Amino acid sequence: MIGPMIGVLFDGFAYGMLLFLLSVGLSVTLGMMNFVNLAHCAFAMLGGYVTVTLMNSFNWPFFATLPFAFLAAALVSIVFERLLYRRLYGASDLDQVLLTIGLAFVAVAVAAYVYGTIQQPVTMPGYLRGSVTIFGLTFGAYRLFLVGIALVVTLLLVGMLEYTRFGATVRAAVDNQRMARGLGINVDGAFALTFALGSGLAGLGGALAIEIVGLDPSFAFTYLIYVLIVVSVGGLGSIGGSFAAATLIGISDVAGKYYVPHLGAFLIYLVMVVLLMWRPAGLFGKR
Amino acid sequence: MSVALDTPHTYLESQARWHPAEGVFWLATLLPFWLFPDYLVLASQIAITALFALSLDLILGYAGIVSLGHAAFFGLGAYAAGIVSKYGWGEPITGLILGAIVAGIVGYISSVVVARFRHLALIMITLGMGLLLHEAANSMGWLTGGADGLQGVKIWPIFNTFRFDLYGYTAYTYSLIVLFLVFLVARRLTNSPFGLSLRGIRENSVRMPAVGAPSRAHIRKIYTIAAVMAGIAGALLAQTTETVSLEALGFQRSADVLVILILGGTGRLYGGLVGAVIFMIARDQFSGSTPQFWYFWIGALLILVVMFLPNGILGGIAKLTASWRERRGRA
Amino acid sequence: MRKALLGTLLATLFAVPAGAQQTVKIGLIMPYSGQFADTATQMDNAIKLYVKEHGDTVAGKKIEFIRKDTGGIAPDVAKRLAQELVVRDKVDIIGGLILTPNALAVGDISAEAKKFTVIMNAATSIITTKSPYMARTSVTTPMLNQTLGTWAATKGGVKKVYTMVSDYGPGHDAEGAFHLGFKEAGGEVVGSVRFPVANPDFSAFVQRAKDSNAEAIYVWIPGGAQPAAIAKALFERGIDPKKTKILGQDVVADDSVLKGLGEQSVGLITVTNYDYNRKTPLNQKFLAGFREISGGRNPDIFAIGGYDGMHLIYESLKKTAGKTDGDSLIEAAKGMKWESPRGPMMIDPETRDVVEDMYILRVEMVEGKPQNVEFDKVKDVKDPVKARMKKQN
Repeated sequence: MIGPMIGVLFDGFAYGMLLFLLSVGLSVTLGMMNFVNLAHCAFAMLGGYVTVTLMNSFNWPFFATLPFAFLAAALVSIVFERLLYRRLYGASDLDQVLLTIGLAFVAVAVAAYVYGTIQQPVTMPGYLRGSVTIFGLTFGAYRLFLVGIALVVTLLLVGMLEYTRFGATVRAAVDNQRMARGLGINVDGAFALTFALGSGLAGLGGALAIEIVGLDPSFAFTYLIYVLIVVSVGGLGSIGGSFAAATLIGISDVAGKYYVPHLGAFLIYLVMVVLLMWRPAGLFGKR
Repeated sequence: MSVALDTPHTYLESQARWHPAEGVFWLATLLPFWLFPDYLVLASQIAITALFALSLDLILGYAGIVSLGHAAFFGLGAYAAGIVSKYGWGEPITGLILGAIVAGIVGYISSVVVARFRHLALIMITLGMGLLLHEAANSMGWLTGGADGLQGVKIWPIFNTFRFDLYGYTAYTYSLIVLFLVFLVARRLTNSPFGLSLRGIRENSVRMPAVGAPSRAHIRKIYTIAAVMAGIAGALLAQTTETVSLEALGFQRSADVLVILILGGTGRLYGGLVGAVIFMIARDQFSGSTPQFWYFWIGALLILVVMFLPNGILGGIAKLTASWRERRGRA
Repeated sequence: MRKALLGTLLATLFAVPAGAQQTVKIGLIMPYSGQFADTATQMDNAIKLYVKEHGDTVAGKKIEFIRKDTGGIAPDVAKRLAQELVVRDKVDIIGGLILTPNALAVGDISAEAKKFTVIMNAATSIITTKSPYMARTSVTTPMLNQTLGTWAATKGGVKKVYTMVSDYGPGHDAEGAFHLGFKEAGGEVVGSVRFPVANPDFSAFVQRAKDSNAEAIYVWIPGGAQPAAIAKALFERGIDPKKTKILGQDVVADDSVLKGLGEQSVGLITVTNYDYNRKTPLNQKFLAGFREISGGRNPDIFAIGGYDGMHLIYESLKKTAGKTDGDSLIEAAKGMKWESPRGPMMIDPETRDVVEDMYILRVEMVEGKPQNVEFDKVKDVKDPVKARMKKQN
């Protein structure tokens, strides 16, 4: 009884960590600039394809591709931010939604054109496959790896936010943008950097997601829904909120499927609707 | 047309008058019968999509509610009309009314929830409700036919004389008449004090109660009305194609209608109609030649519209005619 | 000079109407865009290959294709496209049809307009009952899964099984068919579970399967991302295909699984109507031709369905000496037997559905790489659902 339950909790937590990596960037940029970027998962998809290309066409080892997945997504996002996004910072929610959805459509079409519509299989290094036994319980090796990376990223993010000047700038801009500008803080610059960071993390998440959920051009939309759920439930602009929401969603999804399989997909949407009705600004949101 | 010094009543009256361009538009909808008799089925589906977009315009363009789950009402209307015909009652007009009622009831119940939220929470809640309904329809395969779609839908001839033929004459006439009638209702609604207060809610929902307009009650009303209209559109699709599938309530349909409305321009009633014509014809053309690039072009078009034509195509035209008129006035 | 010009003019004037009469138009309805686009690419390539090998003239008439995209599952769109093909483009034959809801909708048009329609992939049994002009060259879900169930309980030596399927129409069909075949042959189903269609994470369901301690697990999932995902989830939980028999339809051991799992995929058992590794000369030729025309891809059930669909069309036209009305063509198609790259197959004269052999494959290491190897087969399988329907009547 305990064995499977711990297994389910762990798997749910690992899945939640993947969602966290995919969502944290969106949560912070939404909270900071109120910019709804639905092309966020397209950046994740980009990271995934970078890893696939480097591994399959150039035979790079998996680990070496991860920093590049991060960088590629971050750099591309800066280009789009400079060219398109900054013109719409003051525009309505709907306009931002539509611009970024348009971008996502284009990304999907380009990915389908370049890579085709098939699944991209990648073979993970041997030590990341299969399971590891600790105290008589089996844990998936890849999931352990995923949890490890997510925790390291969380620590780095929190550390950056709390202990660096840049982090202080970001916190100020999220709390009260007008005031921060009034104090002479370079909010636009901070935002551009945060946006790049968030998109880079999405790219990293996309690369890490291949092993668990696969990669094809429709990735940009399939996971968008889950990311939006995490962001809205967690609250905008909050790393802790994203972490908590992602964990909650991940565990309730997996536990729900284990204990009440007929509820299956219902549970995750039901949890979201109920939580949002109770706390419209999200668990840790400010508005 | 200076309205700055008119009273609200004369403003409404001037808006309610029929503009000659509107007459041209509606006459043009009759053209397919003579010019494109092979395309009548496509025309009927354009009319249905236009009706669906019109219903979304009422809540999005006029009341400012961003819904990502509007297809739920379309699907409910479609399934209601389809299921009742499967079990023996295939009369189209009553089936249509039944679809409208079912969608309206669910619309009213959900409007109670929708009226309480705004911004991201509202978007996500409408999305979530739409997805839940889709899942429910999938699991209730015994009622809905599940992923294979509803089988056995047989619609009787309208008034016992007009059979739904292979060429689509009946389908297009039926859809067009329903579209026009519902459009008249929508027009009346938006050019009324109620319509004005909706626009007020869209601009500043917090202040409206201070002016004496009950925002939440108004939102509930318009949301229910929009649900009824979407249900009618869905029932029309079920009846003219004699098929209903899960896609009628899916996220793709909700997203497509949003794109159509933005393309045409919100808050103008005709925006949804124009957008539907352009979108459906473009997609039909692409489906024959280069279907894989459909997403690319629609994405690029969306980006262009948002960047350069924020009020959609009709908004762009309105701006052009206004500046042209101004130049004429000055000269 | 003038005479030559006049001559050419006259020649073209006479050539055009004569040419127009001598074409056979085939409308292909497939999901060329959207999430199922890959299946359409595979089928379309196979169709192109057939025409390349056999020429584009049959019974003195030229074959012309008109392609229409449904964008995915969209029965209202499919029905409209079929109607347009018939009314606007005046096609003689309708083909393609990969997705069941679309095929069912097209059935109405096929019946009303009396057009010969070839179902090249859609796998639900009742589709062929929608129109007396429909024939199928692919396979049905019950044919595959009920056969697997019966085989597993008899020659497979499995007494207890735990089943896992996707929670939607085709998954339910597969589950029902497998259970029926397995139980009728004396096996016991110790537990079953259904997972959501759009399922990113299989771990919870795999845990349940493991809890049941069954000696075999049966899986049915749609192709795409899911086969590799569930295979990895099974492996992560320590389920070894060499010890616990993992049974499923062809996709469970497709190329993405073999590549993603490598040698951990050895032992997976699947049922299929087409194995591209088949060593017959006909298949080797087909395999080479397909790899060339598709840019290196391997053919799959979508490809072979399209290839044999074209074969049926060509042979039926030859038999009717070029007559293209629905009644003549369907009569010609009934009872047609031929040797396909997949093996022997026939169009049942009563049900107009396909009758073919089912192959049982197991993953083994061949030249250092995992590969599906055929080790058993069941001959001349007919669709069991329609056979049962007939018995009831």
